[in-house]
Amino acid sequence: MDISIVSLIATLIVAATPILLAATGELIVEKSGVLNLGVEGMMIMGAICGFIAAVSTGSPLLGFCIAALSGALLSLLFAILTQYLLANQVASGLALTLFGLGLAALLGHSYSGIKPPSTPKIEWFGLSDIPVIGPIIFNHDLMVYFSLFLVFVVWIFLRFTRVGLILRAVGENHDAAHALGYKVIRIRVLAIMFGGACAGLGGAYLSLIRVPQWTEGMTAGAGWIALAIVVFASWKPWRLILGAYLFGGVTILQLNLQANGFDIPVSYLSMAPYLVTIVVLVIMSADRTRASINAPASLGKIFHASS
Amino acid sequence: MTLIALNNLTKKYPGVIANDDITFEVGKGEIHALLGENGAGKSTLVKMIYGLVQPDYGMMRLEGKGFTPSEPRTARLAGIAMVFQHFSLFEALTVAENIALGMENPPSSSILSDRITKVSYKYGLSLDPKRLVGDLSVGERQRVEIIRCLLQDPKLLIMDEPTSVLTPQEVDALFLTLRRLRDEGTSILYISHKLEEIKVLCERATILRRGKVIGTCIPKNETAKSMAEMMVGSKLKSPKKSKANFGAPILEVNNLSLKSSDPFGTALKNISFNLRAGEVMGVAGVAGNGQDELMLALSGEVLSGLNSIKLENKQIGQSNPIQRRLLGLLTAPEERLGHAAAPEMSLAENTLLSGFQRQKLGRRGFLNKPGAIAFAEKIVQQFDVRTPSVRNGAKSLSGGNLQKFVIGREILQNPKVFIVNQPTWGVDAAAAAFIRQALLELAEGGAGVLVISQDLDELMEISDSFMVLSEGQISTPRPAKGITIEAIGLMMGGTKVA
Repeated sequence: MDISIVSLIATLIVAATPILLAATGELIVEKSGVLNLGVEGMMIMGAICGFIAAVSTGSPLLGFCIAALSGALLSLLFAILTQYLLANQVASGLALTLFGLGLAALLGHSYSGIKPPSTPKIEWFGLSDIPVIGPIIFNHDLMVYFSLFLVFVVWIFLRFTRVGLILRAVGENHDAAHALGYKVIRIRVLAIMFGGACAGLGGAYLSLIRVPQWTEGMTAGAGWIALAIVVFASWKPWRLILGAYLFGGVTILQLNLQANGFDIPVSYLSMAPYLVTIVVLVIMSADRTRASINAPASLGKIFHASS
Repeated sequence: MTLIALNNLTKKYPGVIANDDITFEVGKGEIHALLGENGAGKSTLVKMIYGLVQPDYGMMRLEGKGFTPSEPRTARLAGIAMVFQHFSLFEALTVAENIALGMENPPSSSILSDRITKVSYKYGLSLDPKRLVGDLSVGERQRVEIIRCLLQDPKLLIMDEPTSVLTPQEVDALFLTLRRLRDEGTSILYISHKLEEIKVLCERATILRRGKVIGTCIPKNETAKSMAEMMVGSKLKSPKKSKANFGAPILEVNNLSLKSSDPFGTALKNISFNLRAGEVMGVAGVAGNGQDELMLALSGEVLSGLNSIKLENKQIGQSNPIQRRLLGLLTAPEERLGHAAAPEMSLAENTLLSGFQRQKLGRRGFLNKPGAIAFAEKIVQQFDVRTPSVRNGAKSLSGGNLQKFVIGREILQNPKVFIVNQPTWGVDAAAAAFIRQALLELAEGGAGVLVISQDLDELMEISDSFMVLSEGQISTPRPAKGITIEAIGLMMGGTKVA
């Protein structure tokens, strides 16, 4: 077999980053008690808007900014529907995904086959030349480090800050939070928009770095995997990294196996990452009591201040 | 000296006037009771004081200055604190986090923990700041709420039905704390419908009926009955119990042990008892000691060992609720909306939920709509359910009316064994008396009735024998005659009260 472990790990990090970004955003959304199933739609909107911005300005950084903005804008639509008009979160989320996929296809019609400006890798003063560790840790672009930093920030936010505590409280029991005088809806709208921005960044990472070009439907289920990884991580930030890298690892492994002509039908290999996700989810959910301790108790419930 | 004065407060909601021209005042260092039936407007009134609801008309003065809180934050800053009836706590967060959430400018977590420990020691409310609220008993949860209020040095402490979930010993401990606060100059606005407690604790009482102030009284000079009649506005009958005449054991429970599916639930441990025909058996205990789990196991929503439950010598541990219902075991769970009745469905449709088999409300997969309507109308008529029509949705009924409907739906199906959890929880006095009478009549007719309740007065009033459920274990049944509230309190685990 001709698979190098080092290059495998280096590429799995790249494969995992978009999912990690989107999952970090969704974690915050779900911690506030909202289930937004529109991650896929927000990701692909980020992918195309970031792509267009990067191609027309020549700056990948600007592309990422626009991607975050477009994801947040699309999620604002979801926020208005579910928080002000009290629409069902599951249905609205699914609609958001379909809407995002369609709109992105429309916007990206004339952009397929173009190469985006390339994103430079971070220069670590030659550290990338260290064998093994170099290519794995010190040979990536800014967004890889940013995604890990984001997980760290989210962890600090949820665990040590007052606003984080209020956010968790809103997700845990929105009626009690309301009775104490917290603005449940405002907090949730902001959380949803943060989730949208993160999903947009994840999408742009796909179209600007990972692939890098625009094809219709290029997210190919990454948003759904991000949703699954939040559950896999049992709503704990650090475990998101584990989940995302595990999924990324299986994806890269199966690509390598395909390339090496491994004697398994390609379709089985391509479904492997998704199968692994399902299996892991089933194992994680087997212990119902433990899973439900971590889950935000108000997740997916509609809040209406009746008094 | 007056602390807070309410003048002509009025709040209208579509269709009802929740508060109509309310005027009264609470003095400094006074424990003032607010009395009234459910729906009399007590909650709306305190929500206005706490800034959750704004009055349409009228004004409040706090220490002589105008007071118009637009949100709870302003009320808290002005020195108003409130302990809610349904606790506003977060189960998955720790005690310290819960308390921090209720404060305007909480200090860092280590300082806060120190202060919690200090205050809890000072008022005899022992509490560990690091524990998850979900793991606490109901009494301990209330301490969290109280300490959250005390840390802000409130001028006025509002308590909404604080003792409805406590053991008698815990109630005594709470009263000690409250008296101590009063002596330090804190005013307390105390909402309760436990009139004996009000007599012991409160200096003055204001009575509300249908949103209006009916009068003020000095509770010491009144009897519980006279205050209750002021609340209801008519004479009350207490249920009459005839002489007990028990038959053979009809429901036998043997070594029933079950884990709870709720992460914060209580496992049942070796529960054994016999319920005889014609007997009303009371199960006392503070909420969260396995009541819900026992109810689920007996109703068949959770299955247990085949042998652990027997109905007339048939093993039914593995039978589902429908099979048990067909055999004559009917149940009415605690949660009226969502468990006993489907909120969005009409009363007639709700009869189908539990009456489908026994009342033959369907054939070959089709519903017998006229039959369901007729059955619902029978319940409405015989159980005095006040509703415009049986086609109205269950959620449009008030708590008391819906509870009468739910209980009536089961009793009219002639159960052999009827199990009910909290039959009069949050139900007004008149409806509660009616329901208790109906349960007694059912037992007189030869059925076994098991009443799970946290209301000791209720259990003393209607039960023939008496058990206590504590931490998932059940005590040996004792005849209810001659038992004292103190004795029950000790059986309920009151010895552990700090």
